[in-house]
Amino acid sequence: MCLAVPMKLIERDGERGTVEVGGARSTIVLSLVPDAQIGDWLVVHAGYALEILDEQEAELTLNLLRQMGEGGA
Amino acid sequence: MKVFADFRNAELVRRVAVEIARLDLRRKVRLMEVCGGHTAAIYRFALPDLLPANIKLLSGPGCPVCVTANDFVDRAVALAAIPDVTIATFGDLIRVPGSSRSLADARARGADVRVFYSSADALDWARAQAERTVVFLGIGFETTACTIAATLAEAVRADVRNFRVLSSLKTMPEALRALFSAPHVRVDGLILPGHVSAVTGSAAFDFVPREFGIPCAVSGFEPSDLMEAILLLCRQIKDGRAQVENPYRRVVRADGNPRAQAVMAEMFAPCDMPWRGFGVIPLSGLGIRSEFSAWDASRIAVEVEPTREYPGCRCGDVLRGALQPTECPLFGKSCTPEDPRGACMVSAEGACAAVYHFSPVDRER
Repeated sequence: MCLAVPMKLIERDGERGTVEVGGARSTIVLSLVPDAQIGDWLVVHAGYALEILDEQEAELTLNLLRQMGEGGA
Repeated sequence: MKVFADFRNAELVRRVAVEIARLDLRRKVRLMEVCGGHTAAIYRFALPDLLPANIKLLSGPGCPVCVTANDFVDRAVALAAIPDVTIATFGDLIRVPGSSRSLADARARGADVRVFYSSADALDWARAQAERTVVFLGIGFETTACTIAATLAEAVRADVRNFRVLSSLKTMPEALRALFSAPHVRVDGLILPGHVSAVTGSAAFDFVPREFGIPCAVSGFEPSDLMEAILLLCRQIKDGRAQVENPYRRVVRADGNPRAQAVMAEMFAPCDMPWRGFGVIPLSGLGIRSEFSAWDASRIAVEVEPTREYPGCRCGDVLRGALQPTECPLFGKSCTPEDPRGACMVSAEGACAAVYHFSPVDRER
């Protein structure tokens, strides 16, 4: 139930926002992430944005994973 | 979006698996997750098959529907029988058997039970239905509790009097303290719930390594997230360390979401809460503050049937990690997702349902 999907904020109207992922749009509440800006990727759960995804941290994590499993077994 | 899709890349998952195997831990290691989303992802992506045989994954009390005690369902069913009451609920709860019936049964008998994706949608609906009392069933952990707190705050602010919340909301740190304080619980590492941690902050779990010596790692919900968390736990075990590590930094900060914490503290106060499999855990629940009692559905007087459990159901043992789903005598026989006896077989995130759906080998055993 705590699954939350990354969705992109494409419109903002006060505390309500429109998010989109894969062409599907929905309206969510932004009161828990007051700093969210158009273009941000948000973690959305039960109609509320819980967090703003940090794309830089995502890249850092992926780079770390990409370096794993190299060299002799 | 590409950057987030990469967390499902099979090659990355394989690379982490190689690192885990390379650690060559020569002992049995039991790693617990406490999040229904993790349970479902672990089986959906067949992660146990990628791990050395000595690393066992077990599910703890992380599926909100599963840990909801029968008496909550019974109270909701009783409220549903009041003529002007509409029960508004997340879909997961509808088929959970209470002592004698589920909300689906109540609906079949004519009760108005409606599924909402969000408490905010339920509040909007209540505003348009002034003649009905809308009771929203609050289940879940911090991830969901903060959204319901925000909706409740909005109902109070806008003075929407026909919207009430019946709270069975729970807090994960207190449950873990109860779990690890119990005798005979052997957990070598804990995979921390990613979206609970997004709200509470990873620091809320610092007590686990400090007080219980159990290594912790926060995980997201993609296969590479879970594998990385497992790798970090295995490294801690190998090094003899115990600390909270957070590889899910793209979402989780040490101090969490202060706005979400503030609205929860504003609307809710800690209260004793019954958990399936644990009984009452002191101060592990979130009750609606007394100043907002007009919005508290537990104040509606209603007769609730005495609680009883389905004979032979071992959900409680499964939720404590004491029993694998396939070890329950009802599993796959009289208890299946189509005709469930226990909550762990109802929810797609329940350990029993996850094993049943995604692990045919186990099911046949």
